[in-house]
Amino acid sequence: MTQAEIKLCSLLLQEHFGEIVEKIGVHLIRTGSQPLRVIAHDTGTSLDQVKKALCVLIQHNLVIYQVHKRGVVEYEAQCNRVLRMLRYPRYIYTAKTLYSDTGELIVEELLLNGKMTMSAVVKKVADRLTETMEDGKTMDYAEVSNTFVRLVDTHFVQRCPLVPATENSDTGPPPPAPTLVVSEKDMYLVPKLSLIGKGKRRRSSDEDATGEPKAKRPKQTTDNKEPIPDDGIYWQANLDRFHQHFRDQAIVSAVANRMDQTSSEIVRTMLRMSEVTTPSGAPFTQPLSSNEIFRSLPVGYNISKQVLDQYLTLLADDPLEFVGKSGDSGGGMYVINLHKALGSLATATLESVVQERFGSRCARIFRLVLQKKHLEQKQVEDFAMIPAKEAKDMLYKMLSENFISLQVGCL
Amino acid sequence: MAGNKGRGRAAYTFNIEAVGFSRGEKLPDVVLKPPPLFPCSLKTKDTDYKPVPLKTGESEDYVLALKQELRETVKRMPYFVETPEEKQDIERYSKRYMKVYKEEWIPDWRRLPRELMPRKKCIKGPKSKKAKDTGKGPSLTNPADVLKKIEELEKKGDGEKSDEENEEKEGSKEKSKEGDDDEEDDAAEQEEYDEEEQEEENDYINSYFEDGDDFGVDSDDNMDEATY
Repeated sequence: MTQAEIKLCSLLLQEHFGEIVEKIGVHLIRTGSQPLRVIAHDTGTSLDQVKKALCVLIQHNLVIYQVHKRGVVEYEAQCNRVLRMLRYPRYIYTAKTLYSDTGELIVEELLLNGKMTMSAVVKKVADRLTETMEDGKTMDYAEVSNTFVRLVDTHFVQRCPLVPATENSDTGPPPPAPTLVVSEKDMYLVPKLSLIGKGKRRRSSDEDATGEPKAKRPKQTTDNKEPIPDDGIYWQANLDRFHQHFRDQAIVSAVANRMDQTSSEIVRTMLRMSEVTTPSGAPFTQPLSSNEIFRSLPVGYNISKQVLDQYLTLLADDPLEFVGKSGDSGGGMYVINLHKALGSLATATLESVVQERFGSRCARIFRLVLQKKHLEQKQVEDFAMIPAKEAKDMLYKMLSENFISLQVGCL
Repeated sequence: MAGNKGRGRAAYTFNIEAVGFSRGEKLPDVVLKPPPLFPCSLKTKDTDYKPVPLKTGESEDYVLALKQELRETVKRMPYFVETPEEKQDIERYSKRYMKVYKEEWIPDWRRLPRELMPRKKCIKGPKSKKAKDTGKGPSLTNPADVLKKIEELEKKGDGEKSDEENEEKEGSKEKSKEGDDDEEDDAAEQEEYDEEEQEEENDYINSYFEDGDDFGVDSDDNMDEATY
């Protein structure tokens, strides 16, 4: 992690969890994996506060623990995960566009609380939605459950690793920490719950939006006494799936900019078909036949099969190579070249940055160097068709801002 | 020795064309100070390269509003750990009633390392444990366990042992029993413990005398003692 990243993590933790958690979190980011005592000693914080901070951080998936030999438990910060907190509003907004207000609130609750049981989420969201509805109307648990299930089916919400059920706790001393098990096949398995109920509106006497001090409050709500049907099954937001969605959006809008609306819809359809079948890191999607694509086009789009084939051919022939043809069966097998597409997008972004900061002639030089990888001074002048003195000036400017670097070679 | 420059004529010791100047051309001005740090100006035909304006639109506005709401909401969540303020020399009566209500959060201890559970060393400890023991009769029929419990209660009763020592001595065996029992008491005891911390340090057990609910309310009405 760079110093700037660590500083950013520090600010994020402080904003979300306060100074104590920030101190512990930043310490772990800086020093790596450490046991409880060492953390308390090195940060000069009391053991109680360190424990509380670690509980909060683990709850939010920002710190993980590992049991080492001799029963020592070490805690490690997930630096990149802390940085993802910047994107929370974007995740919530994405859920809103896909699953409207209900989906938005479900994802918001999951992000705010780190992990929750399904019953807790449904109840909380139903209550919140009921607050915003007209008097007398309430949100049914069933509707919220349905949206939850849809989020799970499209992998936006996933199960947390489970505590293994042990029956042998009497035989020996139990371990200092549970070893959580990731169950791949159960990751998106929704337990059979019959959540029946409606959202409750908070009574206006309890609600105090102005933040006036409230002296007496019941310590525990009565709901804690009821047995929770899906106890122990926790859910979290699947950030990778959101990132995959952002990636797809970027590709679709790039195609729309470069070609037209219809091509982008075709690409969007292809990406949607590959959503859950293609792993997120794959270089290209599974091959899709033209027939399949035709069947999966959105209902409003009534283009004929021949037109679709023409579009596909055009996309495959485009020099940007977003779409590739991998075979001829089924009317033509097509793939989306994910890595190539992302590479092109990144390159376009870089070139745009250079153009906005240094001018279009510098951008021309930059594109050249990017394309040819290594160029000598003279070659730059010749290829870019820019007079020598100006070329040198521009190269030096970009060199001083670290956009271009020198490589000394021996002939 | 500098060596003979070409017989009285000025000549560069390297090929001048490699740097980009042809012979006889006016050399650029000598730079006397470093270029200004800011703004990073790149003037070409009087146009400064200004940054591209930020994207604005409905979705950007909504995301911005979400972010601002989020910043407010997280401060009210139970995960936001407040820094304990320093003890004030005069404890203000009003402070007790100014505490903003925050929902208590109890982690699922089954998912966490046992060392993270808070340990109590207040005087209340043995009392509450005894109450718990009578309630959990069936599980402690094992005489060995009862002995262990008594041992541990004695240790707790001392109250002088430091947190670290306690943890090392008791080890993992006791924890298994305490693990599940403590879950519900933890929150309550911690809250009460904090209150005790804030009371004066004296020899009286604070829980011995409970202030009734009417304690604060009636005091203004019965001012019999204060007549002079």
